[in-house]
Amino acid sequence: MIRKGLALTLVLGACLLGWGAVAGAQEPPTTTTTLAGAPGVPPAPGTGEALQGTLQYRNADRDNVPVEGADITVETADGQQVTEVSTDEDGKFRVDVPGPGRYTATIDPKSLPDGVSLVDEDRASLTVTVNPTQARTVLFRVASGETPGARTDNVFDKAARLAVEGVSFGLIIAICSVGLSLIYGTTGLTNFAHGELVTFGALMAYLFNVTLGLHMFVAAPLAIGCGVLLGFGLDRGFWRPLARRGTGLIAMLVMTIGLGILLRYIYLYQFGGFSRTYRQYSLQTRGLEIGPVTIVPRDIFTLVLAIVVLVGVALFLQRTRMGKAMRAVADNRDLAESSGINVDRVIGFVWAGGTGLAALGGILLGLSEQVSFLMGFQLLLLMFASVTLGGLGTAYGALVGSLIVGLFVQLSTLVVAPELKNVGALLILIVILLVRPQGILGQSERVG
Amino acid sequence: MDIQSIIQNGVESAIGRDAIVYALAAIGLNVHFGYTGLLNFGQVGFMAVGAYGVSISVLEFGWPLWAGVLLGVGAAVVLALLLGLPTLRLRADYLAIVTIAAGEILRFTFRAAVLRDFTGGSNGINGFADDFYRPNPLGTGDYGFWRIRFSQNQLWVILVGWTLVALAVLLVWALMRSPWGRVLKAIREDEDAVRSLGKNVYSYKMQSLILGGVIGAVAGMMLSISAQSVQPDNYGTATTFFAYVVLILGGTARILGPVIGSIVFWGFLSVTETVLRQAVDQKYIPNSIMNSVQVGQVRFMLVGLGLILLLVFRPQGIFGDKQEIALAAR
Amino acid sequence: MTERGFSRVRVDAFDEVPEHPGAPKPDPILVADGLTRRFGGLSAVAVDHLEIQRGAITALIGPNGAGKTTLFNLVTGFDKPNHGTWSFEDQRLEGKGAYQISRMGMVRTFQLTKALSRLTVMENMLLGATGQTGERFLGALIASLWRDQEAANRERAVALLARFNLTHMADEFAGTLSGGQRKLLEMARALMAEPQLIMLDEPMAGVNPALAQTIIGHVRDLREEGLSVVFVEHDMDVVRTVSDWVVVMSEGSVIAEGRHSSVVANPNVIDAYLGAHHGTPLDREEQDRQLAEADAVITAEGEAS
Repeated sequence: MIRKGLALTLVLGACLLGWGAVAGAQEPPTTTTTLAGAPGVPPAPGTGEALQGTLQYRNADRDNVPVEGADITVETADGQQVTEVSTDEDGKFRVDVPGPGRYTATIDPKSLPDGVSLVDEDRASLTVTVNPTQARTVLFRVASGETPGARTDNVFDKAARLAVEGVSFGLIIAICSVGLSLIYGTTGLTNFAHGELVTFGALMAYLFNVTLGLHMFVAAPLAIGCGVLLGFGLDRGFWRPLARRGTGLIAMLVMTIGLGILLRYIYLYQFGGFSRTYRQYSLQTRGLEIGPVTIVPRDIFTLVLAIVVLVGVALFLQRTRMGKAMRAVADNRDLAESSGINVDRVIGFVWAGGTGLAALGGILLGLSEQVSFLMGFQLLLLMFASVTLGGLGTAYGALVGSLIVGLFVQLSTLVVAPELKNVGALLILIVILLVRPQGILGQSERVG
Repeated sequence: MDIQSIIQNGVESAIGRDAIVYALAAIGLNVHFGYTGLLNFGQVGFMAVGAYGVSISVLEFGWPLWAGVLLGVGAAVVLALLLGLPTLRLRADYLAIVTIAAGEILRFTFRAAVLRDFTGGSNGINGFADDFYRPNPLGTGDYGFWRIRFSQNQLWVILVGWTLVALAVLLVWALMRSPWGRVLKAIREDEDAVRSLGKNVYSYKMQSLILGGVIGAVAGMMLSISAQSVQPDNYGTATTFFAYVVLILGGTARILGPVIGSIVFWGFLSVTETVLRQAVDQKYIPNSIMNSVQVGQVRFMLVGLGLILLLVFRPQGIFGDKQEIALAAR
Repeated sequence: MTERGFSRVRVDAFDEVPEHPGAPKPDPILVADGLTRRFGGLSAVAVDHLEIQRGAITALIGPNGAGKTTLFNLVTGFDKPNHGTWSFEDQRLEGKGAYQISRMGMVRTFQLTKALSRLTVMENMLLGATGQTGERFLGALIASLWRDQEAANRERAVALLARFNLTHMADEFAGTLSGGQRKLLEMARALMAEPQLIMLDEPMAGVNPALAQTIIGHVRDLREEGLSVVFVEHDMDVVRTVSDWVVVMSEGSVIAEGRHSSVVANPNVIDAYLGAHHGTPLDREEQDRQLAEADAVITAEGEAS
């Protein structure tokens, strides 16, 4: 049984590696980013270290306008000049540097065209550290007199915009994490590889859409289908035989960690280290304006689709036999089994469905942000926060928790620096576990 | 295939900086998870606190190194208390989630540009380890045997590092064979039984958390001192995961498990990497399948796969007892 | 000496005690007042007054779902009551944690045994001893401080293991013991703590008849040593053989108290067991009660996973 599972895994692995053949030669490896928390990556100097960036500003139509001809000087940490370049017609610049280390990039404000200026005069010079094989992006913020809303933004407008973003984000988290919650509810397994299932959907869609050239309307369902198959395969070939063998839940939890690491690096291997976008729908700047809030068509679609899907999931759980069986197993497995429910089959459905949903969530996430090998992993903690907040093991809990987390994360940027916005969500997580560990909708028996 | 290179790299990694750091981190984790059954996934948070504690006190406050070390240890104790208060009453998987969250919060905080003046933001801190290298009795030059060579500073790190590992091992050994250690192991089995025998389970869990956390902080200090810098992105969740791999590989609840596990882990990773790199350079593996950058990624793939296989086929690791693992309630 | 002979002294203690629920005892070691525990809308335990006589063996009986294990949990600190007070040796116990109550001298065993599987039988026993300097962090570091204590505890453990016939398993992992052996280990381990009152939750559940007889013998020995014993039991023969006093619970409250002979003839007790409406299906409240009791057992068995 274990051999079958391993065989399935190896086949899956071979497919993923073979993807490389389909995708053709990988893009130049100059932009591999070092991963968070992985010391011990050996330095390989002289292979592609660079500084790069795009200089642009937003005009009244909210289009990005490139700035050509701005002069940028790059120096080493000792003050030696490396070179001086000008931004090209797309506003882009790139400077190869002699190796990893600290460099300073300075922009000459006088070289900017009329009407365009630095947002912050003090930040004309930026010092960054370039890691081995990294092409480090440097961001100079410029604006023109035409940039709309920059100064007339009041708190309410900002809050409204952030609230919409928060709901949108929350819905995406909800779709991704329903599976996580139900897997926990029916099997007791905390799946630390769930982020990788989200990434899987996004990457498969990329494969179908960008590499194979299929339109998103075809690529997306295909990718979701792959997700369903993956979930089903994982349950059948891996978790079920292990459970039958008597493997404990803690051991399986640690295995999900191994699985996560494995998948993440397979993704990195195949996909490369930098973010990309889908062929359609990614760059949209004009949209529906409701008061201070502008929603582009893609986001409207995401919102509507997310709501439809979530309502569909809710109806499925309430009305269909399989849905009710899922809820029964999640509530009390032994009781469900003795009522005649085929628990194994239900769990198979939960894995397949949960992974499919995660795949969909990944695609939506990839549409609204960008596709990268880390996108799911970065979402993992927020998913846990949402699911725990709402009540681990209930699907509705995942929904409620996700909306709250999504809103909280976005709205917290009103008071906190943007890079700390996730911290707020994590803090809620800890507070909730202090005060009401079973979450908003959970049952108190389950916790501690 | 350059066998000599392979062996050289393997040995250097097996006794080098990374092996030391992960041995210490895993020893701490062994106290938490191996002996007490605490699923602490925030060990990297303790490492970060140790590293930043040392570096900030030396650079910002101008303290001597030993004072910085004490601050780092103190900070680890505080972190353990903060972490333990809400979480030690929770069940294993909740503890795992919360401790990961705590580790990430710390990383975000250290990374934040807002605190840049203090913590160096995403660039980190550099240049605080002079006090460590000054007392190095070794003269300038290369040391080693055969092809394995270290500079005097590197050798100093290795000597001090493994001494610390030995001390940590001794401490854990002395504690775990005592009645105190027995209570921890009992808590791992069943907390309620331990309560029914009059022991304050919560207090013991906290002590375990503090002990393992302090050892983790020392690991972080070694990491930052040997690299002479503190980079916040080196203290992410992946590091905790690798520490778990090391621990499980060596065998949980075994005194030498984390040490041997770390040595084998890094030796193996290095050997694999060198072999693959040579294979790619010499075109045994065509570039369309793997190029030289991807070699580094393959080793982490192997880590993930290895962990799964380890748990499926040999969950007791190198030193563990199969029967004992089979008896595990979970 | 006859059975009656052994227990003559204790039986005398009960001579003056009236046989109704909440009867006061001449020398109570445990007294509970107004103890209530509700789960949702359901009253799992609602005990007006209960006194346990010192030095006697008290049996706690009742149909499934009566609240026996919940009462155990409340009294030993493993669960918090909604209302009520109780005291042990005249010391109030409200707000005390389970470990504190255990240290005061009231030790319990569990219906689903908790042999600490990955510790050896001897280690299990040594764990039971109280007041160990070696169990403190600083004390542990200096072996000379706890070596003597450990040796003394080991001697006691060896004697107890011999008494319970577990000597041959001393160095085996407790997880390899059979179910019956685990029951014995749990009792022996509890005795290492030198309690005054020992609460046994179904000490003979699932055990073969021969072993059950041995356990009965052990329970009697406890009384001879001066311990007070409360035990939950379903087998009425066992109750008749070994108990000095019987407390009957049903639907969360004590419905009868007395000696075995009177309790068995008590119509309320008969009704409780057979069900006043016996033959008809359980009603909603009855089902909830039984589920809550089952939950309590599971909770007591530990949310370890």
